[in-house]
Amino acid sequence: MKRKIVTVGIIIVCFLLECTVFQQLSFASITPNLMIIVTSSFGFMRGRKEGMLVGFISGLLIDIMFHDLIGFYALIYTVIGFANGLFRKIFYDDDIKLPLILIASSDFLYGHLVCICMFVMRSKFNYFYYLRSIILPELIYTILVTLVFYEIILHINKKLESEEKRSASKFV
Amino acid sequence: MRKNNNQTSFSSKYLLLTLSVICVLLMGVSLVTDKIHGPFKAIANYTIVPMQNGINTIGLWMSDLTQNMDTLKEMRKKNKALQAEVDELTIKNNLLQQEKHELERLRELYALDAHYGDYKKIGAHVTANDSGNWFSSFVIDKGKKDGIKVDMNVIAGTGLVGIVTEVGPNWSRVRSIIDDASNVSALVLSTSDTCIVNGDLTLMQDGRIRFEQLANNETEIEVGEQVVTSHISSKYLQGILIGYVSEIHVDPNNLTRSGYIIPAVDFQHLQEVLVITSTKADLLEE
Repeated sequence: MKRKIVTVGIIIVCFLLECTVFQQLSFASITPNLMIIVTSSFGFMRGRKEGMLVGFISGLLIDIMFHDLIGFYALIYTVIGFANGLFRKIFYDDDIKLPLILIASSDFLYGHLVCICMFVMRSKFNYFYYLRSIILPELIYTILVTLVFYEIILHINKKLESEEKRSASKFV
Repeated sequence: MRKNNNQTSFSSKYLLLTLSVICVLLMGVSLVTDKIHGPFKAIANYTIVPMQNGINTIGLWMSDLTQNMDTLKEMRKKNKALQAEVDELTIKNNLLQQEKHELERLRELYALDAHYGDYKKIGAHVTANDSGNWFSSFVIDKGKKDGIKVDMNVIAGTGLVGIVTEVGPNWSRVRSIIDDASNVSALVLSTSDTCIVNGDLTLMQDGRIRFEQLANNETEIEVGEQVVTSHISSKYLQGILIGYVSEIHVDPNNLTRSGYIIPAVDFQHLQEVLVITSTKADLLEE
């Protein structure tokens, strides 16, 4: 129960940060994608199911607040959460390389999905422009922010896990 | 152990399938009707929006802080430039004052009373911006309870900002005219030629928007001329300033002209906006 509340709390806080504070801290009108960081870190830290659910909630929040088509971002983030969950087996929490690579590739995938579904499908074929000035800058900024945010999420997760272990051993 | 593993992988695949189906269904329904937004809007209204309003204050404070970091030297330089601008503007203002009197006289002659300065407006704060980098919409802190309706025009200062696309109880969403999906029917003020102004993501960072389908007739249109919303638009009120022509060229088809506009509003630093509380549909009914 506590885990659920904390997880939803993290999602909401990151969503709020992304659409308020980080909009003011944007470089060249590019903001980092915090929701990808949350979704994919929960994916590889906690597995497919939790990754998917976190992704679904994050995407749905974005859909409700900013888009007419409800469900599109929810679907993208669900898939990303699932895909990251596949890497849980090779995840060790003292190694930052895997999380960085996973979050970077998730953001890359996200950028391409939005680009293809929302722009190329409306016959705006300026792919290289989008890659150069939206997808890659967002990726770099996201990685920079990951270095801080991921540590925080990891720390919270560790704490929750150790608490869960303790209460489980109490029962036995 | 192995069996157990298989089970979890199966169930997570089912979960993926279920969630995907839910998403696709939601998309399908929201394509057909707006009703689906209702419950979601209510949830957002009592959870996210109050927090956004609060956190936005912190964001503003932080942006002030970064701006304070500008060195004194830069400030002096800016001050000098601004002083020069003030002088220039004072001269311009004097000229405009004279022209205003002339305009008033002429307007009395023509009995033109409909002017967008007369529309009723509500002020609102921008509380959140679109989370991604692909589109440009934002949320304001006024909603249905304050009398905001879909399709109301939003302005800031003297220029057009966008249009209300969704309304919740205490918040509404505005799509700005620089958004990639935005199209505005416009009019070049000096020659009354109509054109279409559409936002473009590739121009957003330069702070420009594109206009096209301007008839290639004899009229001479120069850089710097005003572009306003047109009388034939079904959603935008007539005569709201969009921006100034910054570049114009004849299209290869030789029939139309297109080019770029510099918007009258600074979309990077939008904090307060005004919502015009009469929609074009209302005016047309009258």
